[in-house]
Amino acid sequence: MLEVAVHNLKLKNPVMTASGTFGYGEEFADFIDLEQLGGFVVKGTTGSHREGNPYPRMAETPSGMLNAVGLQNGGVGKFCTEVYPRIKHLHTNIIVNVSGHSIEEYCSVAEQIDSLEHIPAIELNISCPNVKQGGMTFGVDPDQAARVVSEVRRVYGKTLIVKLTPNVTHIAEIAKAVEGAGADSVSLINTVLGMAIDVERQRPCLSTITGGLSGPAVKPIAVRMVWQVAKAVKIPVIGLGGIASAADALEFLMAGARAIQVGTANFVNPRVTIDIIEGLNDYCHRHHIGDINDIIGII
Amino acid sequence: MEQKKEMTDFAVVENRRVAETYVELVLRPVGKLAKVVPGQFAEVRVEGAEGVMLRRPISIHDIDTEANTLSLLVQIVGRGTRRLSQLASGERLNLVYPLGKGFSRPKSTASHILLVGGGAGIAPLYYLAKTLSREEVHITTLLGGRSEALIPARDKFMPLGEVCLTTDDGSAGVQGLVVDHPCFAEAYDMIYTCGPTPMMKAVARSAAARDMSCEVSLENLMACGLGACLCCVVDTDTGHQRVCKEGPVFDISGMTKWYELC
Repeated sequence: MLEVAVHNLKLKNPVMTASGTFGYGEEFADFIDLEQLGGFVVKGTTGSHREGNPYPRMAETPSGMLNAVGLQNGGVGKFCTEVYPRIKHLHTNIIVNVSGHSIEEYCSVAEQIDSLEHIPAIELNISCPNVKQGGMTFGVDPDQAARVVSEVRRVYGKTLIVKLTPNVTHIAEIAKAVEGAGADSVSLINTVLGMAIDVERQRPCLSTITGGLSGPAVKPIAVRMVWQVAKAVKIPVIGLGGIASAADALEFLMAGARAIQVGTANFVNPRVTIDIIEGLNDYCHRHHIGDINDIIGII
Repeated sequence: MEQKKEMTDFAVVENRRVAETYVELVLRPVGKLAKVVPGQFAEVRVEGAEGVMLRRPISIHDIDTEANTLSLLVQIVGRGTRRLSQLASGERLNLVYPLGKGFSRPKSTASHILLVGGGAGIAPLYYLAKTLSREEVHITTLLGGRSEALIPARDKFMPLGEVCLTTDDGSAGVQGLVVDHPCFAEAYDMIYTCGPTPMMKAVARSAAARDMSCEVSLENLMACGLGACLCCVVDTDTGHQRVCKEGPVFDISGMTKWYELC
């Protein structure tokens, strides 16, 4: 009833988790059965180890939070040798978020992940707002976005999802450009560039001054963008941005998302993904919907 | 084997004011309390406070296994903690716990240890003191605050060993910082400290200079509390470490970069 497909990926339900909010899944294993998820996207992975940005990296804002983690991760080598063996047995779609600061780095990471049997897809992060040349430079320009996607496409054979930034004027143009370059799916939105100031201390709340806004505050922006992109491209759209309930997830599905990702809400309720799956089931029963696909893109 | 974390509803058994801006919340879970190591913390969900979305990381102040209760010492600093301070008996509170790595035990039971606490940092030291006092460890407690009214829970430490106080205004104990108190100059097998960052750094620097073992319990801004979001990191000698996962308690031997930076 809740099964959906994103390119070659078969998801038992449309509920996934968003990169950077779910670690490597293991962090949540005490709270939920990871195999109940449609899939999960692991932390942004780069060519080599990255320390990320200095503390402070987060600030709570009305109905949301700003973060400036800056892609701290152990690098693709460590992922393949240490993390992957611990999670590969899980019967769900494990997707690796691939980040970089150059086309060469994106390609190199994608190629290494391609060799991992139990990783059926990558999510190409061309939209991180928190590092210089952190991808967002690629994600805000249709030609640059197409260039990095077509280069990765040449070396990566499995499902290629491209994660888009909302920090653009016409997101549908970027989506069309990456579709034309060979993307199998797009996920959106990454965080919205924001800023907060601690007025008592008279300094920015984040070490990087600006950061990425997530949480319920960004949801209407995300729903609007998913709707615009779903109308503009033929490839499946994965929607995310402030989803914290089944009703939120349904908004994205109706706006045209084939699947959704839950991010910041995991911090508030580590079981929220399971609650959402149960809520979707309940909704389908109440509305006599035999196949969740029947409501996708109805708006 | 890593300790299992859980998300559990607790009922407020008691909410009592313990100092000018502190309350102690005594909470009882629906089932049986999980085993908690001193120094570990809970992520507390705050409902009914405007603009509060994220859980609040609060260290575990006391465990009473017989009464099946857990206590939190809450300093009222913002909207979230204000709401917590207003909870009535019987109200429900949702906790994710036990989180993080707690204090290590002293190497031998014949040890003489020093606990140095300031402000809300006093909270985890009480459960540590209570646990260690059962093992006949000799405990000296040194607590500091701006004034007498801002040192919570000090009476609780009295039955467990000597208690020394410092205040900025001289309203209790020695006037000055904790590191100015004569008891701080003595030799200890281990120093445990939790409190404002400048205080902990001063304690750590002095302990390192005197070649004494020391653990600090950090209190960084946190989102998930589970090691997933990487927001709460501290810059250690081996790079960024998560306060919620590798900490909140750190041995100062790997923290020279941190404590040398004032």
